[in-house]
Amino acid sequence: MALIIDYLVQGGQMLLILLLAPLLTGWVRTLKARLLRRRGPSLLQPYRDLIKLLRKEVVLAESASWLFRVAPYLIFAALWVAASLVPTFAGGLLFNWTADLIAIVALLGTARFFLALAGLDVGTSFGGIGSSREMMIASLAEPAMLMMVFTLSLLAGTTQLSAVAHFMLTAEVGLRVSLALALLALMMVAIAENARIPVDNPATHLELTMVHEAMVLEYSGRHLALIELAASLKLLLYLSLLACIFTPWGMAAAGDGWSAYLFGAAAYLAKLALGGFLLALFETSIAKMRVFRVDQFLSAALMLGLLGALLLFVSRSL
Amino acid sequence: MPFLFSLSMALLAVGVYAMTAARRAGCSRRVYSATLALSTVVLSAALAHLLTAPAPATLTLPIGLPWLGAHFRLDALSAFFLIVVNLGAAVASLFALGYGQHEQAPERVLPFYPAFLAGMNLVVLADDAFTFLFSWEFMSLSSWALVMAHHRESANVRAGYLYLVMACFGTLALLLAFGLLAGPQGGYDFATIRAGQTSPGLAAVVLLLALLGAGSKAGLVPLHVWLPLAHPAAPSHVSALMSGVMTKVAVYGFIRIVFDLLGEPVAWWWGGLVLALGGISAVLGVLYALMQHDLKRLLAYHTVENIGIIFIGLGLALTFQANQMYASAALALTAALFHVLNHSLFKSLLFLGTGAVLTATGERDMERLGGLIHPMPWTALAFLIGAAAISALPPLNGFVSEWLTFQAILLTPELPQWLLKFLAPAVGALLALSAALAAACFVKAFGITFLGRPRSPAAAQARETDRYSLSALFILAALCLLAGILPGLVVDGLAPVVGLLNGGAQLTAQHSQPWLTLAPVTEVKSSYNGLLVLLFMALSGVLAAVLIHRLASAAARRGPAWDCGFPDASPMTQYTAGSFAQPIRRVFGSVVFQARERVTMPPPGDGRPAKLEVKMRDPVWDAGYAPIAAAVIAVSTRFNHLQYLTIRRYLSLVFGALVLLLLGMALWR
Amino acid sequence: MHDLGFDIAHLLAGGMVVVSLSLLYQDRLYALINGFALHSLVLTLAVGWQAYIQDAHHLYVTAGIALVFKTLAIPAALHRIVQRLGIHRTLEVVGGVGRNMLAGTALVALAILVMLPVTATANALAREDLAFALAVVLLGLLLMVTRQNAVGLVIGFMSLENGLVLAAAGARGMPLAVEISVAFSVLIALIVIGIFLFRIRERFDSVDMQAMDAFREERRR
Repeated sequence: MALIIDYLVQGGQMLLILLLAPLLTGWVRTLKARLLRRRGPSLLQPYRDLIKLLRKEVVLAESASWLFRVAPYLIFAALWVAASLVPTFAGGLLFNWTADLIAIVALLGTARFFLALAGLDVGTSFGGIGSSREMMIASLAEPAMLMMVFTLSLLAGTTQLSAVAHFMLTAEVGLRVSLALALLALMMVAIAENARIPVDNPATHLELTMVHEAMVLEYSGRHLALIELAASLKLLLYLSLLACIFTPWGMAAAGDGWSAYLFGAAAYLAKLALGGFLLALFETSIAKMRVFRVDQFLSAALMLGLLGALLLFVSRSL
Repeated sequence: MPFLFSLSMALLAVGVYAMTAARRAGCSRRVYSATLALSTVVLSAALAHLLTAPAPATLTLPIGLPWLGAHFRLDALSAFFLIVVNLGAAVASLFALGYGQHEQAPERVLPFYPAFLAGMNLVVLADDAFTFLFSWEFMSLSSWALVMAHHRESANVRAGYLYLVMACFGTLALLLAFGLLAGPQGGYDFATIRAGQTSPGLAAVVLLLALLGAGSKAGLVPLHVWLPLAHPAAPSHVSALMSGVMTKVAVYGFIRIVFDLLGEPVAWWWGGLVLALGGISAVLGVLYALMQHDLKRLLAYHTVENIGIIFIGLGLALTFQANQMYASAALALTAALFHVLNHSLFKSLLFLGTGAVLTATGERDMERLGGLIHPMPWTALAFLIGAAAISALPPLNGFVSEWLTFQAILLTPELPQWLLKFLAPAVGALLALSAALAAACFVKAFGITFLGRPRSPAAAQARETDRYSLSALFILAALCLLAGILPGLVVDGLAPVVGLLNGGAQLTAQHSQPWLTLAPVTEVKSSYNGLLVLLFMALSGVLAAVLIHRLASAAARRGPAWDCGFPDASPMTQYTAGSFAQPIRRVFGSVVFQARERVTMPPPGDGRPAKLEVKMRDPVWDAGYAPIAAAVIAVSTRFNHLQYLTIRRYLSLVFGALVLLLLGMALWR
Repeated sequence: MHDLGFDIAHLLAGGMVVVSLSLLYQDRLYALINGFALHSLVLTLAVGWQAYIQDAHHLYVTAGIALVFKTLAIPAALHRIVQRLGIHRTLEVVGGVGRNMLAGTALVALAILVMLPVTATANALAREDLAFALAVVLLGLLLMVTRQNAVGLVIGFMSLENGLVLAAAGARGMPLAVEISVAFSVLIALIVIGIFLFRIRERFDSVDMQAMDAFREERRR
């Protein structure tokens, strides 16, 4: 009986993040519009877009292969699995030991691998631009993220996310420079990976300014719907990661009971709303960088992560 | 044990047969079937030995040096490396059953291929220095003969020459190492060396010589220069063996000398040196690979990166052992050995896939390929699995060994030495960087070769390869997947090898974990379950596909590419390998390779084409080899004068030498 | 070790190192000057906190001087100098930003590697403070070495001096007289540099060091 409940809770969490992801994207978009003194779309507009796209017929380029058709499902599967491994309203759920932080980073890498391949599949120059720039950004963002994971696991003694979140709730942590550096690094990586200003513009279709949009230029219909949903899930994943690691208050522990879960869910929604607000604020206050400034931005994130790990290595011996 | 030795001799016999019968029809089939059968038998025997874990078996034969004989031994380490060697050999032989039909000069390949396999098996089985070195040289020479198989191309001749020079250098280093280990008594068999003690200073020199000798054969930076020239020059199944298997034999040599014969590492800096070299090889290897547009050279440079990862694991194990942290050393050793197995699997898969592409199109250059996924869907699928595996993507096997290596690095804060405390996170950053760059490299390799539109008539007229090649490719792809979703079983299989090298300390048994999870260090609570990740991903993908196709829409139609409204019919407008690597070349290459681009644009109205020139310099060649080569030439030009002396000068030379020797004798008394 | 006092001091000293690293990243003149103002602000907070936990009242005066002069007065003066001279807003960075950041991280590692074993007998707070202060000094030197513009050199020198003040504050404070004389000498140095910048600008029409190299007596080929 308890096992069934555990399965239900885990399944409920996976469904919750799937349903919340478009809402988060809509929230960020509406906030950006309001900050720019426009009315902006309704909060539920992404849902309507997804349903519209799902019903449309797919137009495939003549040179597209089976990989092009299979890739959206693979990307969606990898991102959904990665996002459901991040604790949201409760830590220590049934399958949290399936994959740790390093595996989550690698699952993000799987999604990116297939997205880049899909960009190259049709054989147009736009797809090539998107894929090559995306791989350049990834070659710096992924190590920065892994250094952040190192720093965290040096503090918490483990790479298992639920255990890290639990550790952050205890008082042993204190205010540490390495944590601040890790937070900064994670925020910079999150901006780069989610194709947000100043790295990439999610609302543009000009070839000089796009990375993510260039790779999915040839997609249409249900394939495009899945890729958009996967991108929203990625944004949700990063915000959940930031919330779970750096602001874990309110999160329930495993087996705490329904009231704790509901409270945890409310806290989680509040954190997502705050994160979305800060993201919208940041995006409207800064301009997009040139493509070849992005590597300086990301190497700064890598250096911050490395510095955080170094400082921790050192202060362990004090 | 005599059984295994006789199987190796049988391989040699096959080689002799091939020498006589190479030109006859059907000889290729017979030779490759024979090597397939023999390799499979050796593989099963070694697997049985590793899993049942009996005591080591030895064999002494009265051949070779009169006072020494020839010693052979099969223990857990040899059994594991025999598995690696013969798995690669069996699959390559299966591939060659189809591929070998296209060989232009079978008499230059068929005799040496079984000899190469025999040499590798004998190196792994050798139990004394003479047998080891003899088999090592035999392996080098037979692979050199295979590299020179297509000797009409000058690039291959240069590759063979460089390979021979580096192989001689490596053997010299190993010879000196064994000489130092044997000591003044001349006890060359490994049992005597194990029982004896070497002083710390000598042990350090032996480590350095082993690093030079084994490292040059494995491909550690800066001794890697022969690898990207020699590996592509050989026929594809031989390239797969050289890259995937022979480099592992070199790693075996290093492990045998440093972990087994030298015993306890005395100084902590040994591990630090190996760690630093491994980290540098990892990053430099993948950066070199990203700049290549020849598929085989790209794969050969990528081998350098993976050897770097293996040496990172070995370096960590050495540092942990020097500080008596045996549990952590067990994890580091498991990571390194797992990566040995993984690399032999996916590198062989990728090289064999390249061989299939080469047979189908006649091209190795990515700039002239493209769109091969349409005529060759199965080859493309197998190559995709190999590319995903080598980029360390879950749930395949490359991710598991990277994960284990990262977990081992996370155990380094317990080390007391300060320099190691800074080296370990720096190497961790280098490892993370090389993993990300490897993914970029293989998106390029797979994407430009198989996806897109064909860039040349050869690519447009390709056809799928024969079923032997396909079955070889899919066996390897299936093994990559299995090792990724059942890592606990592999780790348990490696446990006796780790125990042998680590003074008995092993990781906890993994087969008892729930749901076949991998949880190497229980205090740390980090775990990974490849099977569940695969199940979750498969379920999510299938669920999404089924629900969408049922409830929403399943319609699709073909049309021209959108291309933002400006579709271009010419396939030359799509991205090439050089253009794909351009952002990374600009970010990393401008620092490491001093990459500079120059565009020459003729003025408007002029009909000449525009030109883009990319200049890069190889830092290792410029800093290391070019000065050494220049110095050698300068010295030999000086010494050339000795050829043209008068008789009086020659006589005075002899007289001077005699006086010097007498003086020396007098002073030394 | 985990009391709040240590944690905040640790955070502020580490914050100074991070701001020094971010100074290496800047290539616009206004951003550099504002970064320096932030650097001095963090110094003020760090010294003020040290004054609080060490109960050393003269450190409050040091903090006040850092606030008034280095956070407010000197950056304002530099802004005015830049405006009056009409100097190019973008700075040329020698060696590339990526390489400088890598060198900066290596310098921080070096500072830690040197300082921590040497001060093995002191208490943890002083040790970390000294290590971070040495890192800030080295980063200030790196900033001076990698900027071609004279204003960049000045800022590098000022951030180096901030690091020295951090070190002195951490090591049980320093007497007020020394601090006042140091502050005054800094002010005088700034006035002199400002005058020089005006003179150089008048003579050569630019303050770019590379351009000035061409006017040296011995021409280097």
